Amino acid sequence: MSDNATATTYGLLAEFPGPEALLKACEKIRDEGFESWDTHVPFPLHGLEKAMGLKRSWVSFFCLVMGLSGAALGMLFQWWVSAEAYPLIISGKPAGIMSWPAFIPVTFECGVLGGASGALLGFLILARLPQHHHPLFNNELIHKATDDGFLVSIEAVDEKFDLDGTSSFLKEIGATRVEEVRA
Amino acid sequence: MDHAVNLSTEQVSLSESSIWHKLPVIGGIVGIVGLGAGFALGQGHKLELLYSYLFAYLYFLTIALGGLFFVILHHLCRAGWSVVVRRLAEHIAWTMPLFAVLFLPIAISYGDIFYWANAPADDAILAHKAAYFEPAFFFARAVFYLVTWILLARFYNRLSKAQDETGGIEATRKMQTWSAISMVLFGVTINFASFDWIMSLDPHWFSTIFGVYFFSGSFVAALATMILIVLQLQRSGQLQNVVTFEHFHDLGKLLFAFTVFWAYIGFSQFMLIWYGNLPEETAWFDHRWGPEGWQMVSIVLAAGHFALPFLFLLFSDHKRRRWSLTFASVWMLAFHAIDIYWLVMPNLALMDHDTFHDFHPSLINVACFLGVGGLFMAVLAWRMKEPAPLVPIKDPRLAESLAFENI
Repeated sequence: MSDNATATTYGLLAEFPGPEALLKACEKIRDEGFESWDTHVPFPLHGLEKAMGLKRSWVSFFCLVMGLSGAALGMLFQWWVSAEAYPLIISGKPAGIMSWPAFIPVTFECGVLGGASGALLGFLILARLPQHHHPLFNNELIHKATDDGFLVSIEAVDEKFDLDGTSSFLKEIGATRVEEVRA
Repeated sequence: MDHAVNLSTEQVSLSESSIWHKLPVIGGIVGIVGLGAGFALGQGHKLELLYSYLFAYLYFLTIALGGLFFVILHHLCRAGWSVVVRRLAEHIAWTMPLFAVLFLPIAISYGDIFYWANAPADDAILAHKAAYFEPAFFFARAVFYLVTWILLARFYNRLSKAQDETGGIEATRKMQTWSAISMVLFGVTINFASFDWIMSLDPHWFSTIFGVYFFSGSFVAALATMILIVLQLQRSGQLQNVVTFEHFHDLGKLLFAFTVFWAYIGFSQFMLIWYGNLPEETAWFDHRWGPEGWQMVSIVLAAGHFALPFLFLLFSDHKRRRWSLTFASVWMLAFHAIDIYWLVMPNLALMDHDTFHDFHPSLINVACFLGVGGLFMAVLAWRMKEPAPLVPIKDPRLAESLAFENI
């Protein structure tokens, strides 16, 4: 393939015979130094994160920050509404921050709401979702990922990527089928 | 992935030099010396001695109850991951007969402990509750709770141990079938036991959520105890590669969850009473906020039983490392003691307002705590050192549990 061809190449898609073979292949791809690559499997595979050398996800960070912000905003809003802007005296309770126990349930719920939406938003942002299309769907092979296929895709943007070299490397480490994915 | 179960004897049985072989004697000595010291120190301070004893009794009873809950819950949800630690929970629950014996002093002295036993005749609230506080009914209930707990603990211990010999799925099925009714019995008994033995110390006061509060602390204490026992066993070479950091992570998650649950229930109880502002309800918190010292205990309890462990256990790394699990478990057991102390001791003011109005810690508390704790450790160790394996080696889900991974 010429350089011109690689310009329209998204990457390579390879199929491995089973979960064990996939895990072993992932370790080799990881050790080879690839960074822009992913796996596509029909069910959660224990140990895959380790084999792929994935770093810790940032989702929990989003969850924590959004959860704390939600709780803080919930408390602040209630304080402003019922203690500052329009002080209310309800069943003889002091109309100020000393009535904080009454604000806790809403604060807690706001914290939960913030934490849950933070986790969801964090996941969507980190996974760059939603996308209306992805080049991998140009290949029929990707559909096996929801059935019986154990697939690896390596993107052409990876510094180590070389269409022929990477293709034969994937076959070397046990891929039964390697396809080029066009962008 | 190889799912064949192949555990060596060293992994699943106590080593010759294990401390658990000596603990029945050590615990027994500590127990007798502790209770003896408490009794000696308590001469002339009968009320304080009885309440200290009740505090110590309830503290270790909650650990046994939490262990029983873990076993029933395991079967109720057909759990797979927790098979490797279930035997320890069974052992902890097996100590239950000890608490039937240790209840005797409370039963004998109930007239000195419980205000309702000698209440003035013109007490209108207690007149309404007279049927419930009929001594015969009170003792019948106590017998019912203790017998239920002993039978439940025996049932799950017996079948689980029998399965070690025979294998097969029948024992597992039987335990699963009975787990539903066991859970109902457990819920009813722990709830009413907490009403009878703690809430009724202040018989004018009531809180329908009190049983849940008591239970949430119990499970925290049992989880912390289990984590510490596994860590201790692994230090001397047992359960290596059997209980892994994946299991610790889940035990840690439960510890975290029930620490939060405790706060959730505790705050729910507090907020409704604070909001309703009815004198007969707020009096209970007033005993724990007004008198000198108790206010500080209340603040320390909220911070130490919830705020600080919440922040500490929030990090997943802290649920997967030895030092942090040890620290968190010891911490929670200490604050569970403060929690029980905070529930029981302020009620002394009802019996003798002049002496016990303020926070009043004493050596009698410590002696009784060591006494009951020593006996509890002795009975637990007596069970642990039996030649039975430390995990249910022929449980059908053992392979699943051994291969368990969180991610």
